[in-house]
Amino acid sequence: MLGRLILRRIALGFVTLFVVSLIVFGGTEVLPGDVAEAVLGQGATPETVAAFRKEMNLDRPAYERYAEWLAGFATGDLGNSLATQRPVADIIAPRVPNTLILGGLAALIAVPLAVGLGLYLAMRPGSVLDRSLTTGSIAIISAPEFLIATLLVLAFAVQLRWLPSLARVPSDAGVLQTLRALAMPVATLSAAVLAPMMRMTRSAILNVLSHPSIEMAILKGVPRRTIILKHALPNAIAPIINVIAVNLAYIIGGVLVVEVIFSYSGVAKLMVDGVASRDIPVVQACAMFFCSIYILFNLIADIVSILANPRLRHSQ
Amino acid sequence: MTDTPLAEPEPRFHRPELGFLGWMSVAILLFWVVVVIFAPWLAPYPESTILTNQSFGPGDAENPMVFGSDYLGRDVLSRLIFGARITLGLAFTATMIAFVLGVTLGFVAGIIGGRTDDFMSRINDAFVSFPSIMLALILVSAFGSSLVLLMLTIGFIEATRVYRIARSLAQNIMVMDFVEVSRARGESIWWILRNEVMPNAFIPLSTDFGLRFTFAILLLSSLSFLGLGVQPPFSDWGSMVKENQAALNYILFYGIKVAGAPLLPAVCIFSVTLANNLLVDWNLSRSQQDISGELIS
Amino acid sequence: MTALLRINDLRIEGRRNRRSPYTPIVKGVSLEVKRGEVLALIGESGAGKSTIAVASMGYAKPGCRFCGGEVLFDGLSVLDMTLEEKRAVRGARISYVAQSAAASFNASLRLDDQITEVSLVHGVGTKAEAVERMIDLAHRMQLPNPEEIVRKYPHQVSGGQLQRLMAVMAMNARPDLLVLDEPTTALDVTTQLEVLAAFKDTIRDSGAAAIYVTHDLAVVAQIADRIMVLLDGEIVEEGATEQILHEPREDYTRKLMAAVRPPPKRSGEGSVSRDAHSDNVIEVTNIDAGYGRRRDGSIAVKVLHDVSIEIPRGSAIGVIGESGCGKSTLARVISGLLPAASGDTLLDGQPLAGDVKDRDRDQLRRVQIVMQMPDVAFNPLKTIGQALERPLEFYLGMRPDQRRQRVAELLNMVELPAEFASRRPMALSGGQKQRVNLARALAAEPEVILCDEVTSALDTVVGAQIIDLLKRLQDDLGVTFVFISHDLSTVASFADRVVVLYAGRVAEQGPTAQVLSPPYHPYTSLLLHSVPEMRPGWLEEIRETETAQLAAASVVEIGATGCPFHKRCPLAIKGVCDTQPPPVRPLPNGHQIACHREIAELGH
Repeated sequence: MLGRLILRRIALGFVTLFVVSLIVFGGTEVLPGDVAEAVLGQGATPETVAAFRKEMNLDRPAYERYAEWLAGFATGDLGNSLATQRPVADIIAPRVPNTLILGGLAALIAVPLAVGLGLYLAMRPGSVLDRSLTTGSIAIISAPEFLIATLLVLAFAVQLRWLPSLARVPSDAGVLQTLRALAMPVATLSAAVLAPMMRMTRSAILNVLSHPSIEMAILKGVPRRTIILKHALPNAIAPIINVIAVNLAYIIGGVLVVEVIFSYSGVAKLMVDGVASRDIPVVQACAMFFCSIYILFNLIADIVSILANPRLRHSQ
Repeated sequence: MTDTPLAEPEPRFHRPELGFLGWMSVAILLFWVVVVIFAPWLAPYPESTILTNQSFGPGDAENPMVFGSDYLGRDVLSRLIFGARITLGLAFTATMIAFVLGVTLGFVAGIIGGRTDDFMSRINDAFVSFPSIMLALILVSAFGSSLVLLMLTIGFIEATRVYRIARSLAQNIMVMDFVEVSRARGESIWWILRNEVMPNAFIPLSTDFGLRFTFAILLLSSLSFLGLGVQPPFSDWGSMVKENQAALNYILFYGIKVAGAPLLPAVCIFSVTLANNLLVDWNLSRSQQDISGELIS
Repeated sequence: MTALLRINDLRIEGRRNRRSPYTPIVKGVSLEVKRGEVLALIGESGAGKSTIAVASMGYAKPGCRFCGGEVLFDGLSVLDMTLEEKRAVRGARISYVAQSAAASFNASLRLDDQITEVSLVHGVGTKAEAVERMIDLAHRMQLPNPEEIVRKYPHQVSGGQLQRLMAVMAMNARPDLLVLDEPTTALDVTTQLEVLAAFKDTIRDSGAAAIYVTHDLAVVAQIADRIMVLLDGEIVEEGATEQILHEPREDYTRKLMAAVRPPPKRSGEGSVSRDAHSDNVIEVTNIDAGYGRRRDGSIAVKVLHDVSIEIPRGSAIGVIGESGCGKSTLARVISGLLPAASGDTLLDGQPLAGDVKDRDRDQLRRVQIVMQMPDVAFNPLKTIGQALERPLEFYLGMRPDQRRQRVAELLNMVELPAEFASRRPMALSGGQKQRVNLARALAAEPEVILCDEVTSALDTVVGAQIIDLLKRLQDDLGVTFVFISHDLSTVASFADRVVVLYAGRVAEQGPTAQVLSPPYHPYTSLLLHSVPEMRPGWLEEIRETETAQLAAASVVEIGATGCPFHKRCPLAIKGVCDTQPPPVRPLPNGHQIACHREIAELGH
């Protein structure tokens, strides 16, 4: 029963991935009408356009192209970049670890901090600290990433000159240098994600704490620490995991802006450049990369929720 | 539930106790409304006139510029004022589109239910599984970024989020007893929609409107910042931040005043979104019980 | 002998949220509980009884605070204790049993873990001893397979069993005082019996004192030594059980007593007596109904099975049964909100379509429904007047001025002032809203009004007033009422005919007096005997009967083969009752019993 639920959820994940791929392909190759003209611009000669079409197989029907594209994905052939003619797979590959490190580090810093703070504040609602941090987090949530980034750059790169304002990491850089280069992008991203995550965690835990079973534990004379750790925490796991998953979407969105601000050579910057230059295969590959990660995280969150629900773990 | 009737009749409308932050937020929003409406009269110069050939300069006696000049020598203040129109106007229209589309479809799905709901919601879920900016990038790369297209793109993306909320609201209202009573009476689905669902959904939806507006502003500004949003000759706050980035390098030499061009638009965006979020949050916390029990205090 | 618990002039105030002002909840209450004594706190909701009960542990519910008086437990002043001192007392010396066991147990922890925890955190003996006490108590509470049941999770155990387990948990550390907060209110009346008896025994055996909070006087009669009546945070009356029950001094106490156990209707009183030619305003034949659809079109969850009922014009029909028996589903089928899967409904002899959509407006007008929860029965944004005018406009096509006048008349009919028309539902109390609910049904000038548990969400006294109103309306207007409830005594006081539903089937139906006297369907017999009577000693008598003991053993199962009651029935015939549905045996005056046994065999 439990296994079946999980399998269904995984299947749903694949279906979503499939539909997403349809949207990505449709959005980039089908909708724009004549891709050839869009890419080559208005000044292109009819011969160039025709040659381009032939080259890109644009004279074939859409579903055939889609099937080919999808098949290509499965085998690792992501097409060739229109700008550089190099295989997209080769272009993306070195940048993947960069983006993952950036996002990963930000998550690593933000998640424990947010959950910890959220937990701490939930136990003192209405206190001065609670109200000021809550208002402060609203401020951070409201601030666009480029504002946060710019302020950080101003403070640390320009005024104090501690950190470089661009995050170019040469491949032979040492650990310290890499860390210095990454510090501000990671800081910006962490700050942006920390705020909403902290608020949601606080909210979820307050919810758990106001459940009648917690009142019962108090009336049994259970010590406070035991109540939090033994009674409240197991019921809070699922909501907190959910909160984390939701906020990972913020990270993906934030990564786009942060990589551009700091000229960080990750997949997101590649995608933005690709959109600007209408390099469709690149855009497609990058979009699929990010969406797959997002779908994966949501999947994990849902599965954890299922596992954490005692009603489903131990059925009648 | 005791059976003691309330002593006094209907509470009359009284001024909501907003507190300092609340009133400040209202003031900020009203301020910007005024700026948007009266832009041509408020701005000292037209937005694209080049007044000096000194980038990021302070302006001279002949052409005084309160916030200095931008990278092309145009007046930052004027561009901020006109930029408000683009940013706020576009975002607002997009939010309106999002609401009209999202609420209509969301209500249909929530009220009719069944296979129609399943079908619509699955499609909607697929779009919601993209982070908004990602979807925006794809759509912009497909359609381009004229002002109208941006409006439609952002409107569409936000509509998918509004759909969920409207659908959930409709479902919750439909199962309430008073709707059952109306159904048992034989009322048509239109009557129920107009008389029971819409009035009761209005307040939660208007709270969400504020949130969506904020997201629309941020989405638009991020797009412009990436160079994929508002294109010249138009200019919104986000693109102002982008095009004046170079000023940041001069702060060491000329002090912070030089950085007005990239920073001020960002601060303007921040002021609107902050005010909005504070008000929305105040609205939400009004209905919440923040009493602490013994465990906590 | 000094009292175990003494409360002097206790005052507590509370507020709804951080921004509202404090209002008094408990206004100077004094009481005393001696060792081994059971004190009952009786009152309607909002009287403050729960608040007072938990105050004995020095606990203030969220939003409340103590503002006067003292609480002395075994000589110690509880209100002056530090949090740590209070913690030491709670669970170990004073224990709490909550109203809803399902909500009070932690869904993520095993039951034995939560139960022995009380002893372990207070250092009362070793773990082995705590486990032994737990199993022993569980045995005495008549729980099946105690060793196994405590290893389960809360959701794997039934409501009645959970409630008993909560008592097991409360007693695990051998407290001196038990605080029981409406522990049987959420249970069906047939489950309540066993749980009540188990509580009484255990409390007596352990020598603990107890404060028993409830609104049901009859339950209290079985279990309490002394009774204290509360109203609005103040004591109305206090005394020994016998005295309060038989010689109540105060007006309010008397009202409460009358409301709890109204006398059953005498046959022929006030209503149309049935003869062979009296016509039926509604006839329901062979109805199958349920929820969800399987792929082959059949119902996924069938609630009603082959239900046939006749409703004579001008009468009051009571439909009784416990939770899950399908009575609300029946109301929804008749009103058209839930189309039946098979079977027919006739209105005045004409076929009535199953779905609201397929009925014409006049048919819809003639059958009206009044729902249980007054709080959600009205659109919060419309005034009472608007709510009442709509049916006038929709069904009767009245003009605005006609409507306004009629609204005033309707409000008068339900004994409400005409000025209520301009008020919003929010400004009315529960009982007032329920009256408006009735008025809305009456506005359509219907032939039949379906009342679906209309008094269940109201306080006892208020509910009794609504019943009085219904009786008056029936006398004045001759409307036919179908009154659905789980409360046997209320139904008996109002209905001419009674239909007893069990697991979606009609067990018995007929004139009230006949149904309530032998011969009985075995389930009717069980129901009748489960309703606590207001005389002490009743509980002991009833437990002895086989009926009660079998009844406690299992839970209602819908969809079983044969007669659904066979597992709990003392008269069940093996091989017959568990395989074939029972035949309907006719008796005089349209009385029917569905049972395999002959009429002569039914009957005590």
